[in-house]
Amino acid sequence: MKRNFMLYLAVFVCLIIVLSACGGTAQPTQPAPAPVAEPASTPEPTPDPEPEPQTGTITLATTTSTEDSGLLDFILPNFTEVTGWDIRVISVGTGAALQLGRDGEADVLLVHARTEEDRFVAEGYAERRHDVMYNDFVIVGPSDGAIAHNDDIEATFMAILDGNLPFVSRGDNSGTHIRELQIWESLNVSPEDNTNYIEVGQGMGATLGMTVEMDAFTLTDRATWLAYPDVGNLVIVCEGNELLLNPYGVMVVSTTEHPVGAQAFIDWITNPATQQLISTFGVAEFGQPLFFPEA
Amino acid sequence: MTQILDAEVLAIITLTLRMTILSTAISSVIGVPLGLWLDRASFAGKRLVVMINRTLMASPPVVVGLVVYLILMRNGPLGFLRLLFTFEAMVIAQVLLITPIVCGIVYTASQRSSERIRVFALTMGADKRQTRSLQIKELSNEIFFAVITGYGRAMSEVGAIMIVGGNIRHHTRTMTTTLSLLRNRGEIEQAVFLGAILMLIAFSVQMIADFLRKRERRADENF
Repeated sequence: MKRNFMLYLAVFVCLIIVLSACGGTAQPTQPAPAPVAEPASTPEPTPDPEPEPQTGTITLATTTSTEDSGLLDFILPNFTEVTGWDIRVISVGTGAALQLGRDGEADVLLVHARTEEDRFVAEGYAERRHDVMYNDFVIVGPSDGAIAHNDDIEATFMAILDGNLPFVSRGDNSGTHIRELQIWESLNVSPEDNTNYIEVGQGMGATLGMTVEMDAFTLTDRATWLAYPDVGNLVIVCEGNELLLNPYGVMVVSTTEHPVGAQAFIDWITNPATQQLISTFGVAEFGQPLFFPEA
Repeated sequence: MTQILDAEVLAIITLTLRMTILSTAISSVIGVPLGLWLDRASFAGKRLVVMINRTLMASPPVVVGLVVYLILMRNGPLGFLRLLFTFEAMVIAQVLLITPIVCGIVYTASQRSSERIRVFALTMGADKRQTRSLQIKELSNEIFFAVITGYGRAMSEVGAIMIVGGNIRHHTRTMTTTLSLLRNRGEIEQAVFLGAILMLIAFSVQMIADFLRKRERRADENF
């Protein structure tokens, strides 16, 4: 009986080790819980005449690139520290983030599809859009030289189409997906004529992982690319083109129940100190900033 | 993917049915005999095997998906088969998920009834083979239930097939991965429609199961 028990114990321990090994390779998807602001027991330095709730939790709907790259984990604790507001992040494609705004499920949006953002404002869902930061898209692909490193996005896309080269498309209505489709459209071609063009309908990180496995090409934002742990055989094949600029905008959703907190987020993220913080993200690890301030 | 029911959606439904039926069939072919055998057999470490079986019955699909992914990936042990992001990979992951469920249910049912049946068969002078066939016949309802439960898991599962199939349009996109994508895209209407179809299929499976069981009972009454 005792021996049996030891055997079970050994197997159980092995199981835990295997499972935790699996867990070790997975990247954290949730930001570390931000420290909860102190309750209003401490007296305000400047007494406010109208008593309105100064803290609470706001919901930010944003793109997978800000989350997958680790930017939000890097800057958001500072937001809570400075403003006292807690923040909840829903990271989805830009299309879905805008939809969350339309449905009133989010208070602020941090997204990157300029034409869609302008439409969102025009439809009255937000009063205005503020510039926050930008980075750029790059085309990555196998290093074995089917396409040499260049800065001509149109030639690169045509080479992929004409060569029937494998290309992984996000296919999820995200800002990156929308940009990719805009480039194909500007060339007046249909990517689906390429029999090796596939749509995976997943976030940037998952899509990059599949591209690595398939030794294919894809359009990715530079931040997710640099932050991705193992890119295998892939290198950047096209970068530095005007069509590849990737501006991020922030908007307060008109229907927000926390206008104070939402406005605090806008003021905070466009503030010079935060902008400075954004520009330092990734420098230590990747030797270059992943996002450039634009506010 | 703007239309509610177009050729693409139909293809997704067909692919889902093909995948779930195939993986349930394979799981049943492996799991049912395994469950029956596990009840009959006695060997050192049997309790451990049963415990592992019980654990695997509750294994989270994403863990199974991750394991299959690591095995099938380019640098994995079976990477040379080039099976990742294919229909076959999804079936493999589902078989790993469903077989323990089928096996576990059959084992439990068999364990509960086998003693009675064996004693009965023995008193009726049945030989070993007759006893076994009587046992299977008596357990047919439970085996049926095990298969249906396995099928339910196959239909509802999304975590594993998302990882090993990759949700590739026209290729490995199933009803559940499409639903998840539609939500990500913010196309809630279409998602609700697909969800309704999924529920309808689940209901149809139950109706067929119910019908078959009734027919079987009627056939039994002839004895």
